[in-house]
Amino acid sequence: MATAISLKDIVKVYPNGVVANKKVSLDIEEKTIHAIVGENGAGKSTLMKIIFGIEEPQEGEIYVKGKKVNFKTPLDAIKQGIGMVHQHLMLAEDLTVVENLTLGIEPRKYKIFLDKKRANDLVKGYVEKYKIDVPLDKKVKELPIGVKQRVEILKALLRDVDILILDEPTAVLTPQETEVLFKSLKELKSQGKTIIFISHKLKEVKEIADKVTVMRDGKVIATDDAANLTEHDIARLMVGREVSFERLEEGKNIGNVVLKVENLNYINREKVQVLKNINFEVRAGEIVGIAGVEGNGQTELVEILTGLKEASNGTVYVFGKNIVNKSVREIREMGVAHIPEDRMKNGVADKAKIKENLISDRYYKKGFSKKGILNYPYIDSTSNELVKKFNILAPTIDAPVNALSGGNIQKVVVARELSSNPKVIIASQPVRGIDVGSEELVHNFIKDARDSGCAVLLVSADLDEILKLSTRILVIYNGEIVKTFNKVEGLKGEDLGPYMLGVKRGE
Amino acid sequence: MEKFILKYFNLIRTIIAILIGFVISISLILLVSKDSFAALGYLFLGPFGSISRMGNIIELATPIIFCGIAIAIPFQASQFNVGAEGTFFISAAFGTAFALIIQSLNLPRFIYVVVVLAFAGLMGALWGFIPGFLKAKYRANMVVLTLMLNYIAYFISIYLINYHFRDKSAGFLTSYRLPDSVFLKQIIPNTRIHIGFLIAIAAVFIAYYFLYHTTLGYEIRMVGFNFHFAKYSGIDVFKVIVLSSMIGGIFAGIGGMSEVMGIHRRFLWQSLPGYGWDGVVVAIIGRNNPILIMFAAFFLAYLRIGGQVLNLLSDVPYELVSVIEAIIILLITAEAFLENIKYRITVKEAEKEVFKNESPS
Repeated sequence: MATAISLKDIVKVYPNGVVANKKVSLDIEEKTIHAIVGENGAGKSTLMKIIFGIEEPQEGEIYVKGKKVNFKTPLDAIKQGIGMVHQHLMLAEDLTVVENLTLGIEPRKYKIFLDKKRANDLVKGYVEKYKIDVPLDKKVKELPIGVKQRVEILKALLRDVDILILDEPTAVLTPQETEVLFKSLKELKSQGKTIIFISHKLKEVKEIADKVTVMRDGKVIATDDAANLTEHDIARLMVGREVSFERLEEGKNIGNVVLKVENLNYINREKVQVLKNINFEVRAGEIVGIAGVEGNGQTELVEILTGLKEASNGTVYVFGKNIVNKSVREIREMGVAHIPEDRMKNGVADKAKIKENLISDRYYKKGFSKKGILNYPYIDSTSNELVKKFNILAPTIDAPVNALSGGNIQKVVVARELSSNPKVIIASQPVRGIDVGSEELVHNFIKDARDSGCAVLLVSADLDEILKLSTRILVIYNGEIVKTFNKVEGLKGEDLGPYMLGVKRGE
Repeated sequence: MEKFILKYFNLIRTIIAILIGFVISISLILLVSKDSFAALGYLFLGPFGSISRMGNIIELATPIIFCGIAIAIPFQASQFNVGAEGTFFISAAFGTAFALIIQSLNLPRFIYVVVVLAFAGLMGALWGFIPGFLKAKYRANMVVLTLMLNYIAYFISIYLINYHFRDKSAGFLTSYRLPDSVFLKQIIPNTRIHIGFLIAIAAVFIAYYFLYHTTLGYEIRMVGFNFHFAKYSGIDVFKVIVLSSMIGGIFAGIGGMSEVMGIHRRFLWQSLPGYGWDGVVVAIIGRNNPILIMFAAFFLAYLRIGGQVLNLLSDVPYELVSVIEAIIILLITAEAFLENIKYRITVKEAEKEVFKNESPS
C-alpha cells in the first residue's frame, strides 16, 4: 500500500528547551485509520502540529505521498491535502453552519456578492457524499459539541483534503456522540480518506483504528496493526509499566452528611438560569461524582461551592453552617479544598516558585509566617516534604511552576489542596490532560483522602473517571440534576449517556 | 559556555544592549561633532571627572530610586501605572506646607524631620489610595487614572504653594524657605548628596524585604503573577490592589519631601520635575526588583550627567543626548531582543542533552 505521510527523524525543540520530538520516524499508510496514542507530553500533539504546518521542526524530513514538503503555515498543508480538526474547535460561533463551512471559499455572484444558493448546494453535496449530517442554517453556537465537531470535519472535507488529523476528538463527546463520529470516520475511510486519530482512550483506539503507533517521551515506541495489540498491551507500552483500570474498592466507613446543597439557583449576568434547584448531599467517606457534558452548569456549581461566585439563592451547608456568599478564605478555613478545573488559570501562578505555589492558602498561618514575616526555613522544609510525598518531579522547590510538565503541575495543585487537612474536597476534572501515571497517583490520593473521612465531590466530563471513583453518581444536564445513581457497581458509560444528553430524565 | 549564557541571559542581553546603544551614540557624535574625540570623553568619562560631578550622579539618582520603587510595588501586583510623578509632587507640596505650619512648635531637629517625612509618606499613601480604590472597586484603567491624577496633583500643589505659601520676598514663584532645623544635611562636602540618599538606599532594602519576605509582599506578588490564582487561594485581591498602590505612594511621598528638604529647601517647582517618569523607566529596566532598580537609577543618572557635561563643554546639543538615552533604554526593555539567539542555544543544548547517550538511529 502507498504511504500518505512519511516522517523521517523529526526533532522539535520548544523555546523553553523542552524536546517534544526526539528523532521521530513514522509512516502513515493511505486509506487507513491510524491511531497515535501516548501520555500527555509524549509528543503526539507536537507531531501533528508539525504535519499540519503549525510548528516547524528543527530537523527531519516530511514526505506527503512520496513528495518532500516543507510547510511554513497550515495553508501549505491544506494545499497538499491535509486537514486538521483541533481539540478546541475553531468555528465562528455567530455564523451559520453553511457560512462557517464556506468561509474563505465562498461561491460568489459577480465576484463580490455571496451566492447563498450555490453555497447551500455545495455543502449539501458534501453532506450527502460523506453522510455527515449537520443542520445547515443553524448558528454554530446553538449546536451541541458533537455536531460542532462534525462541522469541523466537513470544513476540512470541503477543502478537498484527503488526509484528516483529529486531535483527541472524543475527549468532549458522550458515548452516543462518539458512536456517531466513528460511523462517519469509517464512511470516510471507505471513500478513500486517510485518518490520523489521536487519543488516549484505549477502548476507542481498539474499536476504530487499523494501525496503532504508541509514543512515549518524544519517541515512537511501537507501530503495529491494531488487531495485534490488546488494550492492555497498548497501556503498558504507553506508560512503560503495568497499570490498573480497575474500579476502586468502595469506601467502608461512610459517616455523617458534611456537605449539603439545598435549592441552589444561579442566574448569570445574561439572565440565563445556569443552575436550577440543585439538591444533594455528600457524606464523610464517600465520593459523589457529578457526570455531565461540559457547560451544563458544573463550573458555576463548583465556583459557588468554593466561594468564587455568589449564588442567586439557596443554601450550601458545610457541617451545618451556611457558606453561601462567604469569602473564599472563610470557606477554606472551614476545611473545604478545591482542585480547580483549569489549573493554569486558577490552580497555580505559573511564573512563581513551586514553594510559593504550595503555600498560597496557608502562608498567613502559624509556622509559615509570624507577625507578617514569612518563615522561609519552615516553608522550605514543608514544601520539600510535599514534593516528596506527592511525587512531584521538580529540580528544586525554587524552580518556577512553568518548568514542570502538566502532570507535575497538577500534582502541585493536588499536594497543596490535600495537605490542608480538608474535610470537604471539591475536585473538578482532577486528571484532565495529565498522563496515565500521574492520573493513577492523583486518583489514589483522592481515594486516601476519602478513606480518612473526607467528603469528596468529583466533577468530571470523563465518564471512566466518574465510574472508577464514585460511590454515587449524579448526572447534571442544563443546570439540573436529572438523575441519581445510588449504586455504581456494574454501571456503564452507556447507561449515563442518555441522561447527559437530556434524552432521558430520572425520577 | 552555552549553559552559562542561558543562565545569565538577561544580564548579558542588558550589557549587549548598552554596548549597542553606546556604539550608536558614538556614531552619532562622530557625525555631528567637530571635535568628536573630546565629546566622547565628556559623555562617557565626564560624569566621573570630579567629585562634584560624581556627586551629581548620586544626587540625581536619589529621587529616581524613590520613584522607581513607588512604581515597582504596584507593578508587582500587575497594576501598571504612572502615578509616582503626581504623588511625588503633591506629597512634597503638602509636606512643605505642613513643615511651615508646624514650624512654630519648635520641635527638636530629629523629631521635626521624622514628623515631616512621615507626613509626606502619609500624603503619598492617601494619594495612592485614590487610583487603587477606583481600580479595585470600579475596574477603572490604572494608567488612565494615574495619568489624570498626575494633572490633578500638579494643579492642586501649584495652587496650594502659589496662593497660600508663596514667599513674596523671593524674586520668583516659590514657597517660603523651610527652617534650617528640618533640612536633610549634606553628607559629603563639595556635593549636594544629603541624608535623603541614605534614606533612599534604606528604602531599597526595606522594599526588597517587604516584597520577598512579608506576607503582604507575597500577596502582592501572587496577585501580580495570576490574579485568578490569588482569588482562588483566598487572597483578598481588593485589599492587595489598594494597599499596593498606597505603599507605592509612601515611597513616592517620602522621596518628594526628601528632595525638598535636602536640595532645594523650598518648594520651587512650577512644573512636574519628571522623576516619576524616570521611575517607570528604572522599574522596567530593573524588572520591579528594588535592588536592580537602584542600579538602573544610577545608570540612568550617569547617562543624564554625561549628557549635561557633553552639552556644557562640547558642540553636541542636549537633544542628541536624549536620543542616545532613549535608544539604550529601548534596547534594554525590548524583551524579544536576542531571543532568537537564545532559542538557538536552547535547541543546541537540549539536543546535546537528549542525544548524548544515543547512537544515531
